[in-house]
Amino acid sequence: MDIYLLEAIINGLLLGGVLALLALGLNLIFGVIDVVWIAYADIVMCGMYVIYFLYAQYGVPLPLACLIAIAAMAAFGVMVHLLIIAPVLNSPPLNQLLATGGLLFFLQSFATLLFGTEFRNIGVRLPILEIATIYVSFARLIAFGLGLVGAVALYFFLKRTYIGTAIRAIAQDRDIVGLMGVDQRRIYLVTSAIGGALAGLAACLLAMQYDVHPFIGNTFGPVIFMICVLGGLGNMIGGFIASFIISQIIAIGGYYSNSELSYVLAFTLFIVLMFVRPRGLFAR
Amino acid sequence: MSPVRILALIGLAILIALPAITPTYFLHLLIQILLWSFIYTAWALMGRFGFVSFGHGAFMGVGAYVPALLWSYYGLTPWIGIPLGVFLSALLAFVIGYPCFRLRVVGHYFALVTLALSQVVLLSLTAARDITGGSLGFTPKAAGHSWYALQFPEKSYFYGIALLLWLVGLYVWQRIDRGINREALEAISEDEDAAAALGINVLREKLRVTIISASLTALGGAIYGQYFMYLNPDTVSGIAVSLQIVFAVIAGGVYSLLGPTVGSLLTLSLTEALRVWFGTNFIGAANTIYGILLILCIIFMPQGIVGALKRVKLRREAPMAVPAE
Repeated sequence: MDIYLLEAIINGLLLGGVLALLALGLNLIFGVIDVVWIAYADIVMCGMYVIYFLYAQYGVPLPLACLIAIAAMAAFGVMVHLLIIAPVLNSPPLNQLLATGGLLFFLQSFATLLFGTEFRNIGVRLPILEIATIYVSFARLIAFGLGLVGAVALYFFLKRTYIGTAIRAIAQDRDIVGLMGVDQRRIYLVTSAIGGALAGLAACLLAMQYDVHPFIGNTFGPVIFMICVLGGLGNMIGGFIASFIISQIIAIGGYYSNSELSYVLAFTLFIVLMFVRPRGLFAR
Repeated sequence: MSPVRILALIGLAILIALPAITPTYFLHLLIQILLWSFIYTAWALMGRFGFVSFGHGAFMGVGAYVPALLWSYYGLTPWIGIPLGVFLSALLAFVIGYPCFRLRVVGHYFALVTLALSQVVLLSLTAARDITGGSLGFTPKAAGHSWYALQFPEKSYFYGIALLLWLVGLYVWQRIDRGINREALEAISEDEDAAAALGINVLREKLRVTIISASLTALGGAIYGQYFMYLNPDTVSGIAVSLQIVFAVIAGGVYSLLGPTVGSLLTLSLTEALRVWFGTNFIGAANTIYGILLILCIIFMPQGIVGALKRVKLRREAPMAVPAE
């Protein structure tokens, strides 16, 4: 096998880890609150700016900066829910989509206003590992590892804790759960906080690999939606698997042609798959 | 003559007389407002029935690039190129629409499929940078004042064309609004199964309105390209353009004839005013305020501005300034 192709496959696998994390967050919010956060990738962008300013401007140690970013994004998620989602909770799905779309516009342009359009790098240079003549970026390896840890932690949280069980129950039947004595509003807030925290964690992992700029959300946003829909909106395991399929298509497509065409391929495949399996790849 | 009709005629007379008295800058602004109003109205043809397409960026991109490329590389007149681009857009709408409607891809899923379509066109235009110039944009070959090339340096010509287009858009909207198909489409948007049980051909009705909407959008894109003489994948295709279309229509009101026009008037003059006000040091200021307004609009005025005004008027039982739905 071609060594560069193998490298592309490994890089695709590593990219899949971060995408999986984002898909998990979005799916969790959709499954529980039944709202699609179009602006999800832009919350990641905010997290990346938090890390950039704390670490590169004010010299806060990187792990601490990451923790602050995660906490800040969790709080941000709660705010988004209270200010934007809660008022439109009973509106048609279209209006909910558009309200978070308005948030996307706002976040991108506000970031442009505050920070300008220049690309900023936090300046962490992690080594490139050479494993049997294949070059693997250490930053991507960490991102992949932490992404998986985050996913597993979320799994256990949902399976083993009271709130986690309530979250899963509400995703199944929101009316009955209310009768069982679960406070829906509290669950929504917790879910939004977790969704925000996952975006914060993704921001930490992406900040080590990519420059921050106000429109970085556009790079990941559409892909994450595609992944969630492919896996079946709300189906977390489906989304997890779909992230790796899509990241492989992008990586291998990029190896054979250029990166735009590999995305064209991924989006086209997505459209075709929507026709073949309209409720996602893993629908029962 | 009803008061509404008299008002409309006076408005039209003012619009026709405008190029003689307005400075070039305002004329430029007006042309943009009319062109976007036309495209927004085209989107609203579908949007009002709950078929939310995020794919209109794709139709506009195809409509804009096809005639420009054919003219610049082969010298083919836009009089043939534009219908060709419109036809290709309609074909694209069919290729996406047919399986979508056949297989009942609706709601979120339809929005996301069309979103992907927007990105496919955007990325394809960017990837074909040897022909289209990629993200650097494309400037069609200039021909001075020419009917053959449909290029006019004087703004008043394009003002006339844009005004005509806008009226065509309103006419089509009205035709669908007053036609029997509207009842059918409304039934479909309420409940597809029930509509089908009533003997409505759901697939055909949805396809028809989608293809009309896509064709008009492509036509708008083509004239946009002819007027600006510069095309960039990011300004005529892709998610950003699709979202711009959807938001402006929602802000103006999707259920009324002039809603999309109000949306276009409002968003473009807001952007322009903020640009003049803040200058270029605060790029993003316009869109920041725009974003906040959008969120507020959707939370407090889901019917759009025109819809909200209408309700106030209805409450006062005054004659309505806009034709009833």
